[in-house]
Amino acid sequence: MTPVLQLKGITKRFPGVLANDHIDLTLNEGEILALLGENGAGKSTLMNILYGLYQPDEGEIYVRGQKITVHSPLDAIRAGIGMVHQHFMLIPVFTVTENVMLGAETVRMGDFLDREKTAQRIREISERYHLEVDPYAYVRDLPVGVQQRVEIIKLLFREADILIFDEPTAVLTPQEADELFVIMRELVKQGKSIIFITHKLREVLEISDRIMVIRRGKVVGETTPAEADKAKLAEMMVGRTVRLEVEKEIAKAGEVVLEVRDLVVADAQKQITVDGVSFDVRAGEILGVAGVQGNGQTELVEAVTGLRHPISGTIRLLGEDVTHATPRKITELGCAHVPEDRQRDGLVLTFPVSDNIALCTYYKPPFARGIRIQEQEILKTAEKLIQDFDIRTPGPLVNVGNLSGGNQQKVIVAREFSRPIRLLVASQPTRGLDVGSIEYIHKRIVEKRDEGCAVLLVSSELDEIMELSDRIAVMYRGKIVAIVPAEQATKNYIGLLMAGVSPEQAGAPQVGERVVESTL
Amino acid sequence: MATSTIVIHRKKVEVISPTRQRATGIIEILLGVLIFLFFRRTEPGMVARFVMTPGGLDRGAAPDWLIPAYSTLLVLAILTVILGLVQVWRGFGRWMNLVLSVVVGLTVFSFLTWATAGKSLNLVGMLSAAILLGVPIILGAFSGVLSERAGVVNIAIEGMMLMAAMVGALVGSVTKNMWVGLLAAMLSSMLLALIHGVLSIHYKINQIISGTVINIFSAGLSSYLSAKFLQTYQQLNNPPIFPRIPIPLLADIPVIGPLFFNTNLFVYIMLISLIVIQVALFSTRWGLRLRAVGEHPKAADTLGINVFATRYMAVLLSGLMAGIGGAFFTLGSVGRFDEMMTAGKGFIGLAAMIFGNWTPLGAFGAGLLFGFADSVATKLTILGTGIPTQFMAMAPYIVTMIVLAGVVGRGQMPAADGTPYEKE
Repeated sequence: MTPVLQLKGITKRFPGVLANDHIDLTLNEGEILALLGENGAGKSTLMNILYGLYQPDEGEIYVRGQKITVHSPLDAIRAGIGMVHQHFMLIPVFTVTENVMLGAETVRMGDFLDREKTAQRIREISERYHLEVDPYAYVRDLPVGVQQRVEIIKLLFREADILIFDEPTAVLTPQEADELFVIMRELVKQGKSIIFITHKLREVLEISDRIMVIRRGKVVGETTPAEADKAKLAEMMVGRTVRLEVEKEIAKAGEVVLEVRDLVVADAQKQITVDGVSFDVRAGEILGVAGVQGNGQTELVEAVTGLRHPISGTIRLLGEDVTHATPRKITELGCAHVPEDRQRDGLVLTFPVSDNIALCTYYKPPFARGIRIQEQEILKTAEKLIQDFDIRTPGPLVNVGNLSGGNQQKVIVAREFSRPIRLLVASQPTRGLDVGSIEYIHKRIVEKRDEGCAVLLVSSELDEIMELSDRIAVMYRGKIVAIVPAEQATKNYIGLLMAGVSPEQAGAPQVGERVVESTL
Repeated sequence: MATSTIVIHRKKVEVISPTRQRATGIIEILLGVLIFLFFRRTEPGMVARFVMTPGGLDRGAAPDWLIPAYSTLLVLAILTVILGLVQVWRGFGRWMNLVLSVVVGLTVFSFLTWATAGKSLNLVGMLSAAILLGVPIILGAFSGVLSERAGVVNIAIEGMMLMAAMVGALVGSVTKNMWVGLLAAMLSSMLLALIHGVLSIHYKINQIISGTVINIFSAGLSSYLSAKFLQTYQQLNNPPIFPRIPIPLLADIPVIGPLFFNTNLFVYIMLISLIVIQVALFSTRWGLRLRAVGEHPKAADTLGINVFATRYMAVLLSGLMAGIGGAFFTLGSVGRFDEMMTAGKGFIGLAAMIFGNWTPLGAFGAGLLFGFADSVATKLTILGTGIPTQFMAMAPYIVTMIVLAGVVGRGQMPAADGTPYEKE
């Protein structure tokens, strides 16, 4: 039988990088092929070539044995290829129907939109593939998981039968991810073929029929879930043995370092996003804040670090009231902040590594004497930290913007962790990083805890929270719905709380049910 | 099948804040006091005579409207203060903005009643002037809607209108044909739009800068040509103007007829454009794609929509509308070109577009409001109220600002407005 899709010798060069190096890929009808690789391995480039967003330098594409050229997404759509993009290609102010019909509108009387007819088709598709959605809802009102369904419906509406999912679970709760897998199974059962791009090992083993691993633009191996396990896949992906689980001892919690009481914070749009939150973080423990993104975590962290003024409530750091203190005051009391968006809030991208390392303390000796900056001191410190924190950079004077994501994060970690700190606030510390860097950052966070630092860890990766935290707080719509000791938390229970199910309905967690999953 | 549909509705805390509720109430009370001051300056038995047929027209005549100024003002003052007090105490909730608009409307009406008390004012004539004054503003606003809905900020409307006004006058005078003049005006404006498109879409130059460059260029070139030729050789600056065209039957309806159906070609173009653009933007494939390009160009691109072509088309159409708006100055009203004669109407058009929340219908309403403000100021200066004319000219804008700040909530600008699209 001819494969549905065949890529032969696809090569793509970007200035200075060989993003795809003679990649061959075969997709058979009715299968889910997982494309596994680290960030920057070339998965997305390959799929963008297939979808017509990039032009390959070499190589050929065959659909059902027919050679095709894909110059634009339109060519791909015509060939029956559809893509669910990592960042949704939906227009928030349009309805589901308008989003689905865009580019393939049903019209009557010349050019007038026939919304009802499209809505009817959407209902049919919904029913057939179990993709529940209201055709007349505005996309901005839908939760992320439902938005993703709209993306899938968009492809089915165009009668695509080769579906590409680019990191589809990155934005989903565990329950939503499970629902997505059910949908994907349903799709292949009805004759669609799927390419599933990811760097999460657990998902690959759970859903795929076949696994292809890419590293540095090359195919390094092919396997099946039956033959492979996590350790083997991680090794193929990274090119060396990786320790998947964080080793840590039971926490020895000390005195209260951070005390938050009845905190209310509004976002830039004046909407209350943190709604009466209270918790403590003690020295030597990690409090993990779990929650789907956008449930107030960002504003909570901003309030604690002094970047946003709370409306009411109190924040105490080492017994001192810092509710309305300046960020510098809070920093000087010993608070370190690893921000959510490292490129925007954590670094000055056009400054060299050395200056970024000095950013928190540049005004104090030894970096400053009077009003003069001591360049030599900064350089010396930077060189030492580059060694200590294993930052891969050609030198301390290279602009931070030129480093990889993992190394940028290491610059922040080096800056924040090398000070004497009492509280560490880490927000999405490993977002978008490769396996090696994740492993490194996790190790460092646990080290800080063991030194007696209080850690407030915010992450939308449930696995990361489960793995690192000593206690887990779940945020939903601006409230902390529960704080659970880590040994009592199960993934399922926390996942339900994240989705807004009340603790009573979610059922008390069973001791001993906990399964440590890796973040990969 | 476990497809649960948990719909997260973010908690909307956008209830009207107590401060805003009270501030609105106090403004309403103050307006009520203002009406009361008008009342204090009238005598019992004074009658305000509003003439309901514009001067020089005999079709669609309506009898004059006589208002007892004294009692009317007292009633309106009391009503307004009561509304203000209720607003301070309890608030009207989601009706707040509507009540505020009504109060502002009552204030304007009271002001006219007081100014007219014991005299007569041609109300429909004033409204008719308001519409004509609104034409360039509204056409400018439509021009902005078309281009910004596709994601290109067009600050060059002023310059396009100025150039079109000059070219329209020149070509109209030379050919002695107003239609050819109008066509030339549209083409000149579209040429400028094309330049704006090439600079901001193709070369991705900052759209504000590109627009400003065009404004400066138009001001310079039109002034130069005007000084050098149009003002020197009067035969080059004497275009024929479009006459009043009464529409059979409709023109005979009292009040409405004279205002909308026995008027200038440009008013008809404006009304037709309003309907056409409103329907086209929100009910056709063309409009859906245009708006998609202005909201999320990358999404449109992945669905096979040509972002660049769509934006060029939108900007050219924007130029077309601005061209008609510009031609109105020379071919529709004055009949000659003077330097800088657009006098910022293009910018006011942009304000009307924002005020109208980037919709043709809203922009139309806003443009009428601005036109009305202008018209009130001119008419009442003639009527003589004892208020210095400069303040008379200001007052309508102050009222407009209150409405802008109070009534218009956060507008919804197209998400990709002003951002050049970079194809990877």
